[in-house]
Amino acid sequence: MSRQTSRILTAISLIALFVFLRWAEGNLDPYLRRILNLIAINVIWAVTFNLIYGYTGQFSLGHAGFIAIGAYTTALLTLPLAQKEQNFFLTPLIWPLSNIHIPFLPSLILGALLAGIAGILIGIPSLQLRGDYMALVTLGFAEVIRVISMNLQSITNGSLGLKGIPGYTNLLWSWGCAAFTIFIVRMLANSSYGRAFKAIREDEIAAETMGVSIFYHKLMAFAIAALFAGLGGGLFANLISTIDPNVFTYILSYQVVTVVVLGGVGSITGNVLGSAIYVSLFELLRPFDQPMTFGSITIPGRPGLRMVMLSIIFLLVILFYRRGLMGSNEFSWRWLLSKFQPLFERARQEG
Amino acid sequence: MRILKTEGLSKHFGGLVAVSDFNVEIEKGELVGLIGPNGSGKTTIFNLVTGLYKPTAGEIHFDDTNITGFRPDRITGLGIARTFQNIRLFSELSVLDNVKIGHHLRLHSSPFVAAFGLPAYRREEAEITKNSLRLLDITDLASVAQEQAEGLPYGQQRKLEIARALATGPKLLLLDEPAAGMNREEIRELMDFIHRIMHAFDLTVFLVEHHMRLIMGICPRILVLDHGVTIAHGTPVEIQNDPKVIEAYLGVEEEEDA
Repeated sequence: MSRQTSRILTAISLIALFVFLRWAEGNLDPYLRRILNLIAINVIWAVTFNLIYGYTGQFSLGHAGFIAIGAYTTALLTLPLAQKEQNFFLTPLIWPLSNIHIPFLPSLILGALLAGIAGILIGIPSLQLRGDYMALVTLGFAEVIRVISMNLQSITNGSLGLKGIPGYTNLLWSWGCAAFTIFIVRMLANSSYGRAFKAIREDEIAAETMGVSIFYHKLMAFAIAALFAGLGGGLFANLISTIDPNVFTYILSYQVVTVVVLGGVGSITGNVLGSAIYVSLFELLRPFDQPMTFGSITIPGRPGLRMVMLSIIFLLVILFYRRGLMGSNEFSWRWLLSKFQPLFERARQEG
Repeated sequence: MRILKTEGLSKHFGGLVAVSDFNVEIEKGELVGLIGPNGSGKTTIFNLVTGLYKPTAGEIHFDDTNITGFRPDRITGLGIARTFQNIRLFSELSVLDNVKIGHHLRLHSSPFVAAFGLPAYRREEAEITKNSLRLLDITDLASVAQEQAEGLPYGQQRKLEIARALATGPKLLLLDEPAAGMNREEIRELMDFIHRIMHAFDLTVFLVEHHMRLIMGICPRILVLDHGVTIAHGTPVEIQNDPKVIEAYLGVEEEEDA
């Protein structure tokens, strides 16, 4: 199959996706729309984590921190002024934030940029460390950000959180941002910079004797990941409309790791697949939290039982697909066609 | 013209003196050999020159620049490339990508230009691909360009390491035991190959080797190291007749050969 055909097929499927999202926005019920939005946001987070872990080989547990920065920034910039006054009844919001109300796009961009800057600041000390130590330090920094947001009453409203954030995030926003993130990360990963990232993952000593500046490239991957994680955070805040510090605990970072490991480390296709499966299962397993009746036996509802089920499912996946569902493979039209080829051939023979 | 000069280069690991007062001057276009028994500090010297270790004392000058204490990637950028004794390829990447990485340090496009695939980057990438394929041609690896580096036979992995080092555009190439694990026929080929690339790329080569046949066959000048100390320095004939060398090294080697 030629590159031309691949490109046409990709263009057609992107248009089809666009048409579907336009239709879904008007016709699907809010619950399903919310799930689709959450999948897109998780795709963004997973792809950025993949850039750090899958391509560059650095294990970071700091995603929740960057997400929080993006979420708070975007929320504070998009909150209507009246809503701000209602929110900040204990301690007033500091000027100039109390007088700013700007559109969604610039808010998202500012949120992403701030998260990116935080990525650089946190990356500089953390990336000096390797392996588990780096994971621990990034985990610590994410907690620091959460604790700061808990105590910065006049900016984040502390543990009261922000309520009434306008629900600007719709399917086009979330999937548009996800597509943009995928595009950038994929282009970067396939470029000379991507090769440098992978070289660092494979062998740091060989990479630096090949002239790759280890620290600069690790920091680049880390900052770009933080930037897009912040973008996802902004979308997230304007989707769920209420945020408080407890949304951004380390559990959120683990969620991102889980999605990536489930889908396949080093595979963007796997990131998308992992996000879709994770978010869907999270919803599909809801009945396990409610009382269940099998014939004459009634099991009382246990909130949290679905998390147990989720864990069991993930354990099974990891048992059978040790490197995640996709491994490090990517979707390609050629691959898809090769799956269909045998069907066509059988049909021809039978005919 | 002098290309590499070390002055009183020493490296201590705690109480262990790995290299002590190592002095060498290498002229442009020379092929200098460094031999010595196991643990005599040969690889440590390479690690010092390429910046992987910081010297305890002494200075390293390359092309009139004092590179003592420089980061490895900067040193590579100035024009020193190396191979490793225990092969260090990017094993999960393709053979072609391994060589392409060697070009990364000369890339001009910013990450932004690369991420959007702008024409300036695409031109550079095309140039990198062309040059990498040329290097694979020279090293007889063109037929395996798309294969995973890990899957190559040992001899080809060694050659790929050299191709990757050449991709960085070096003036000085450090080869760390290039003939390890090779038979006589392969060693003869390797000797030809080293001469060929020296000529084609205008290289100076500094070579660490265990294998007497290779080093005596191609190096006009040889240094002998024992326990971190330079015990002899001269032509192959001088080295072979030096009593200190025979005591430290050749005596053992001859017994093995017999």
